[in-house]
Amino acid sequence: MGFSQTKDASGVAVVQVEGQLIVGNRQELKDLVQAAVAGGERRILIDFSRTGYIDSSGLGALVSISKRIREAGGELRLSGLNEDLRSLFELTKLDTLFAIAGTPQQALASF
Amino acid sequence: MPSPLRLCVRRSPAPGAGGAATLVTLQLPSEVGCIEEAVELVTRHCLAGHASCRRTRFRLQVVLSEALSNAIVRGNGEDGRKSVHVRAELRADAIQLVVTDEGPGFDPTAVPEPIRPEQLDEANGRGLYLIRKLVDAVQFNEQGNSICMTLRRP
Repeated sequence: MGFSQTKDASGVAVVQVEGQLIVGNRQELKDLVQAAVAGGERRILIDFSRTGYIDSSGLGALVSISKRIREAGGELRLSGLNEDLRSLFELTKLDTLFAIAGTPQQALASF
Repeated sequence: MPSPLRLCVRRSPAPGAGGAATLVTLQLPSEVGCIEEAVELVTRHCLAGHASCRRTRFRLQVVLSEALSNAIVRGNGEDGRKSVHVRAELRADAIQLVVTDEGPGFDPTAVPEPIRPEQLDEANGRGLYLIRKLVDAVQFNEQGNSICMTLRRP
């Protein structure tokens, strides 16, 4: 369980969520993205291809992250949500708040 | 380091279990770092001996994580002297999960639905709503410190 950050060839910061995104580790993700934004990153992709489940604290962390990136004039994309994970965004209407792509490649191409 | 979780599994009809074939109880400390292990333990027992269903596993994981988080953070205020108690009655047709904290309780009817457009930007307030959407029935005790969630098996 954890987060890793890489940089795509086109300059997009790509954050992988491995395992769960829940109350116990959401601050770690917020801190990681906050540091990336403070370091000048403005195009950020969070990929969930290796994620098990997300709780409401995790969803809330993504909302906060989205706000922070918007305030900095940046763009956030999400990708790799399987059917179950995507249903959480649909149930909470957060699919209307985030730009969600099927795959990381599709998300990167949409910046 | 030994796990701080205390698990008990009874595989025969237990007194007070309403004829449940298996009764699983778990006590955990008020530490959010214990949630993931607790979710995996209880989920594993809930699904043991039943055909694997990805959707049921996912719903169990999310609602357990949600209920434990509420109990630890909001109910017990992350007070290390307080515990959270999980009781799972595993029947052939359904799983009933009861999560109880040692806090004063709350009024579940006072929690607003978080899906209004003006609330979408809020970081909090989706937990109970998600639980209601992912299980087949939800009940609280009168004090509001114990949630009972029922999931029918597919």
